[in-house]
Amino acid sequence: MIDIGLGHYLTLGAIIFTIGVVGIFLNRKNIIVVLMSIELILLAVNINLVSFSIYLDDLAGQVFTLFILTVAAAEAAIGLAIIVVYFRNAGTIRVEEIDKLKG
Amino acid sequence: MINLSFIIPEIFISLSVMFLLILGVFKKNSFELIHNLSIIVLLITGIIVFNETLDIEKILLFNGSVVIDYLSSFMKIITLLAAFIVLAISKNYLDNFKISKIEYPILILSSVLGMMVMISSNDLIVFYMGLELQSLALYVLATFNRNNLKSSEAGLKYFVLSALSSGLLLYGCSLIYGFSGSTNFEIIASQLDSNEYALTFGIVFILVGLAFKISAVPFHMWAPDVYEGSPTTVTLFFTMVPKIAALTVFIRFLYVPFLELIDQWQMILVFLSIASMLFGAIAAIGQKNIKRLIAYSSIGHIGYALAGVASASNDGIQSSVIYLTIYIVMNLGFFSCLLMLRRNDNYYESIDDLSGLSKNHPILSFSLLVILFSLAGIPPLAGFFAKFYIFKAVIEQSMYFLAIVGLLSTVIAAFYYLRIIKIIYFDPEKEKYDQDHSPWLKFSLILSTLLILFYFISPSQLVEAVSRINFI
Repeated sequence: MIDIGLGHYLTLGAIIFTIGVVGIFLNRKNIIVVLMSIELILLAVNINLVSFSIYLDDLAGQVFTLFILTVAAAEAAIGLAIIVVYFRNAGTIRVEEIDKLKG
Repeated sequence: MINLSFIIPEIFISLSVMFLLILGVFKKNSFELIHNLSIIVLLITGIIVFNETLDIEKILLFNGSVVIDYLSSFMKIITLLAAFIVLAISKNYLDNFKISKIEYPILILSSVLGMMVMISSNDLIVFYMGLELQSLALYVLATFNRNNLKSSEAGLKYFVLSALSSGLLLYGCSLIYGFSGSTNFEIIASQLDSNEYALTFGIVFILVGLAFKISAVPFHMWAPDVYEGSPTTVTLFFTMVPKIAALTVFIRFLYVPFLELIDQWQMILVFLSIASMLFGAIAAIGQKNIKRLIAYSSIGHIGYALAGVASASNDGIQSSVIYLTIYIVMNLGFFSCLLMLRRNDNYYESIDDLSGLSKNHPILSFSLLVILFSLAGIPPLAGFFAKFYIFKAVIEQSMYFLAIVGLLSTVIAAFYYLRIIKIIYFDPEKEKYDQDHSPWLKFSLILSTLLILFYFISPSQLVEAVSRINFI
């Protein structure tokens, strides 16, 4: 059996973070997927913080994680509300059709 | 308990937000009341900050997670004044678009609260909470004209990109926490191990996140779209107030915990500054919408302010604070002019609409002339002094390349400012605009024009006011 240490958790965090960032830029279909990607980024940060907190034997990281969880919930709520408002006006939430502002 | 007396301004604003929210829910048609009360709240908070905390040299509160010093008090006063004037001049605009809802002043108050927390933060957690309180309120403000497609698209774009930048910033926070063992700026500074490359990664991530918030190139792509789509008064808010808070955090974050790693972040800042100055100057040339143009112009101006921060000297930091202050006054004047371009309940925001303005509106055109010359940096107006201090500080640190690029981009930027003046004074005239403006709008235009015009009489006052900001 291999020992699972800090490095493994950090790698997991980095992979999830990358998936989140790439998901925002490569996604051409639906704005909801962007919302999910943002959520992934925040969760990757949480994994990082909790594993650092255990490794350093310091509670601040876990406190930070709780704050991030709350903020992420608020952010998702506001994001969904904005998407609903946009859908009412435009009738679509396809990413490639959000192009009224440019120049 | 003694700690609480130093954050009375924040406590006062947060209690007022809750009170106003309840009042607005229970009292019907209370927009006017709540709007006026919010203006008063901002004014009172400004007075409290001015009286209570301006003399304090430096105090750390709550286990060192909040800092009250001269920089924080100064920036808070500017934030509160700017927000106060934005609220005061936005009433007619909101009424015109039938978006005069109680949420508008309350959202502005809560974003100001977030900015004040950011400005005083001395800890990554406090900083993040302030940043998010500010951003969450701003997402909604950008979408405030919710039956308008452009406004909702602006809000959507701002939300996605700003949330992404918060994510990057947080990842940086987690790396810094992990590799320095603390979230407190001063403990990070004392435990710094300059051979730890992960810390550099953390700094880069946080700088990217902050550069997003102040729309520095290459993280500027949201700014033109959001500025164009949002309601004009919200755009005015966006161009001034969040930048004050973000620039303060820039200064505090780089100079308190990471002063020793200066070799690693200085080049990044120089790059951000050069790219913003050049891009802001070049991309604005082809614009037809005034709000879009001002977005590119604000990108350029942020480049100059960052040049001061990049110079790594007290003079540099002080000159960028001066730059930001003067930029805010100029911006306020410009937007007051923009809000005056109203004819039969329509607001005009294309550059062609300014054509021949001088024939019908000589005073408005003269103010625009002064403001645009000042934005271009022509002496003896305030904008010239702002740029002068920056270049002086940069050259004193022998960063000649940065100074040369800055001067060149000033020349390029002068082209599009002067083109607007040409359109105002020499192009065929159009129909008259309405003359019945609110007294606050006239007041802010006259005040900002006079400040810009007569700054040269005693430039030392502002210089002395910032001379107590010392980090090195």
